[in-house]
Amino acid sequence: MSGESHEAVHRHPAPTSFIRKYIFSLDHKVIGIQYIMLALAAVLVGMTMSVLMRMNLSWPGTNWPILGTLFPGGAPGGAMNPEFYLSLVTMHGTIMVFFVLTTAPQGGFGNYFLPIQIGAEDMAFPVLNMLSFWVTFVGFIVILAAIFFSGSESTVGPIGGWTGYAPLSALGQIAGPGQGMGMNLWIISIAIFCVGSLLGALNFITTLLNMRTRGMSLMRMPLTCWAWFTTAVLALLSFPVLLGGGILLLLDRLAGTSFFIPGGLYVSGILSGTNPNFPVHTGGSPILWQHLFWFFGHPEVYIAILPGMGATSHILATFARKPVFGYRAMVFAIFAIGLLGFFVWGHHMFISGMSPYSAMTFSILTLSIGVPSAVKTFNWLGTLWGGRIRFTTPMLFAIGFVSLFVAGGITGLVLGQTSLDLPMHDTYFVTAHFHLVMGVASIFGMFSATYFWFPKMFGRLMNESLGKFHFWVTFIGVYCIFVPMHTMGIVGMPRRFAQFTEYEYLKTLHPLVVFVSIAAIATVLVQIVFYFNLFWSMFKGKRAGENPWEATTLEWTTSSPPPHDNFAGHLPVVYRGPYEFAVPGAANDFVMQTQPEIAHQPVGQEGTSGNGHDGHRH
Amino acid sequence: MGRALAVIIWILTLLSVSLFFVNKWWFPTAISSHAAALDRQFLITITVVGLAFTAAQVGLGYMVWKYREDAARTRATYTHGSSKLEVIWTVVTAVIFIGLAVMGQSVWASLRFNDAPAGSYQVEVVAQQFQWNFHYPGPDKVFGRTDPKLIDDSSLNFIGLDETDAKAKDDAVHSVLAIPANRPVELILRSKDVIHNIWVPQLRFKQDLVPGMAIRVHFTAITPGKYELACAELCGQLHFKMKSYLLVLPDDELNALTALPQDQFQTRVTELLAKYPLPAQP
Repeated sequence: MSGESHEAVHRHPAPTSFIRKYIFSLDHKVIGIQYIMLALAAVLVGMTMSVLMRMNLSWPGTNWPILGTLFPGGAPGGAMNPEFYLSLVTMHGTIMVFFVLTTAPQGGFGNYFLPIQIGAEDMAFPVLNMLSFWVTFVGFIVILAAIFFSGSESTVGPIGGWTGYAPLSALGQIAGPGQGMGMNLWIISIAIFCVGSLLGALNFITTLLNMRTRGMSLMRMPLTCWAWFTTAVLALLSFPVLLGGGILLLLDRLAGTSFFIPGGLYVSGILSGTNPNFPVHTGGSPILWQHLFWFFGHPEVYIAILPGMGATSHILATFARKPVFGYRAMVFAIFAIGLLGFFVWGHHMFISGMSPYSAMTFSILTLSIGVPSAVKTFNWLGTLWGGRIRFTTPMLFAIGFVSLFVAGGITGLVLGQTSLDLPMHDTYFVTAHFHLVMGVASIFGMFSATYFWFPKMFGRLMNESLGKFHFWVTFIGVYCIFVPMHTMGIVGMPRRFAQFTEYEYLKTLHPLVVFVSIAAIATVLVQIVFYFNLFWSMFKGKRAGENPWEATTLEWTTSSPPPHDNFAGHLPVVYRGPYEFAVPGAANDFVMQTQPEIAHQPVGQEGTSGNGHDGHRH
Repeated sequence: MGRALAVIIWILTLLSVSLFFVNKWWFPTAISSHAAALDRQFLITITVVGLAFTAAQVGLGYMVWKYREDAARTRATYTHGSSKLEVIWTVVTAVIFIGLAVMGQSVWASLRFNDAPAGSYQVEVVAQQFQWNFHYPGPDKVFGRTDPKLIDDSSLNFIGLDETDAKAKDDAVHSVLAIPANRPVELILRSKDVIHNIWVPQLRFKQDLVPGMAIRVHFTAITPGKYELACAELCGQLHFKMKSYLLVLPDDELNALTALPQDQFQTRVTELLAKYPLPAQP
């Protein structure tokens, strides 16, 4: 692979019109920012919904006049009705999982930085890249449409949870509020999203395999690139299954097929086949939907978190001023997580009616996936060990990621066991587990990435004081929100309950429920500081040079922001691994990947010797 | 900054772990024969989880406390890792995690790998949106024929029981689940419409009811009493209200109940519900 041929093949001139430059751009950097903006918009919707949910759970029946005004159908007189709450559950989950956790980490930061970090001028297929964003954007418009055209006055979307279990999701209006047009739009939105993600995944894989610059061998890539690559492979293999499942579900709803609907159902007083609103169904399997959904759904968890893992590794090394501990083990761990991620979906279905022997197999495979996760944690600690840590805002969030990943991931040891799933399944213990690990930890990875790469993307630094304030409150806040939820789960509080007032055994938990809500509202409010910092710093932030963090990888060898073709016509040549910090004998405590040889300075001079003792190199 | 972060991490760890020691917020007292082993497995697992969580957080705090940037050292330690350490922690975690997974199968196997013992007390459970129907076979111990075509909620034939079937004559259908104490119980789980889930926290037991399937599960309850029974799978608008009770009755009381004809059965269940209080709150 020579740099010259790359230039010839992939060079395209910088566009001049506003539309080609910022709207239908082919530039992976613009597309990356578009994805991030989409996620920033989507997360506002998702967070607002979570606040509404917490209000309803902790102060049930309270009249909130503003809700009555905004949602006269869903909260008549200001008190939320149960179907309104359940539609919030569904939309919150769907918007967060698809349009936040799948867009920002991969489509956003991956798009922007994968080509630059491997020394390419753009993605392999720029048009495909543009399409992948705009297809995803259409998916987002459709999911928003589900809020306004839910087919029911009293909901803001369908009722089904983000998992949309059939046959509830397959039967249509007859199954109650939230099963009408909103459910069609929900399925269509997800199907569109699948297509967008597939286009993106193809592009990521091709780009990474074919477009690395001279010297950028696979084992010299930053761990971020390994994470984005593996995520793309997971997306490529899992989204088609969801797409297929979604199409079948839509056919069950609209064309009278019976993929997920068995015969002899009697719904809302009507027997299947005896009424035009409820055509005859026979032979479908509700469990089939769960297999298709979770065959996608479990890899999706890793699609959400792997980029955060990559960013964390990258940023920990940069600010510990130290090479990543066990780079090779980290790469294998990413692969192991990606591979095992495809063999564990059944742990969502232990009590679904699936064979108990399958359940046992899935259970043992599930706990095995904890091993590479633990290996990553050990290596993060190893990276910090002996470091010289600079506590910048991105570093705080990266350390927060490690803490939260452990806190959220470790309870998988409970939930992955068949026996223990009997009491724990569908309780708040599950809610706590996946929110911490795939939600909050992933988002911490993205906060870290935002503060870290913002100066490269916009040429200015984000405000450190605001950033640190944002970190402290958010870090403490998410612990306060999600740790007590484990306790609720142990007591036996079921998820997806609009109210807990019906059950005596749940009353003891009320103080915790209120505490969590207050913590949630406070944590959400602090995110305003983040949004302010982000947009204020774009225009008023301190100017960043090429390499404000004294980092080593290729994105820091070009201007901030990088030119249209990333390296101004001169593709970089790579001479070493990505995390050469604290190299003994080097002039600085960081050696860029593009630096041909380490400049030696006379031994004994202040600040040059380093104190490395283990020169073991891969 | 490093010290502050370390202290915050340690405090959060301490508070998180101590929350699991609050008695008031723990499992309700168990009432089933498999629960002791299950609770023990949970305790072992949560102890491993707690220790690993604490170790990782204390370690993380230690790293950020100790290795903050200072003037004493001009460079970080230059190392790319240690293959020996990688092997050690991979093997150790693999043994612990997979060991836990294997241990966690025993209760599961005892409940799911074999059929209910012969002579188990049988109840057919027919769930529907926001209502539980429990179908008792009556003194003949044989369930009468049911057919979806005969279901008629408006005339209260919720499960489609065929009144013309001789075996259906002594059957009873009620919204409360009454089972014997200290005798194996087999539930035959069905659903009329969407997926539901039968969940009694004190039983440490949960199972989906899937339309189109008849799922057979078994367990043994030990302690007589009245317990709340919930639906634990999102089934629609009033999911949170799909509530019933589990009555675990001493043998004589249960036998007397099941011998009753349908109308007296209903009255007697109401009396029993009033007789037994809910478990005291911790």
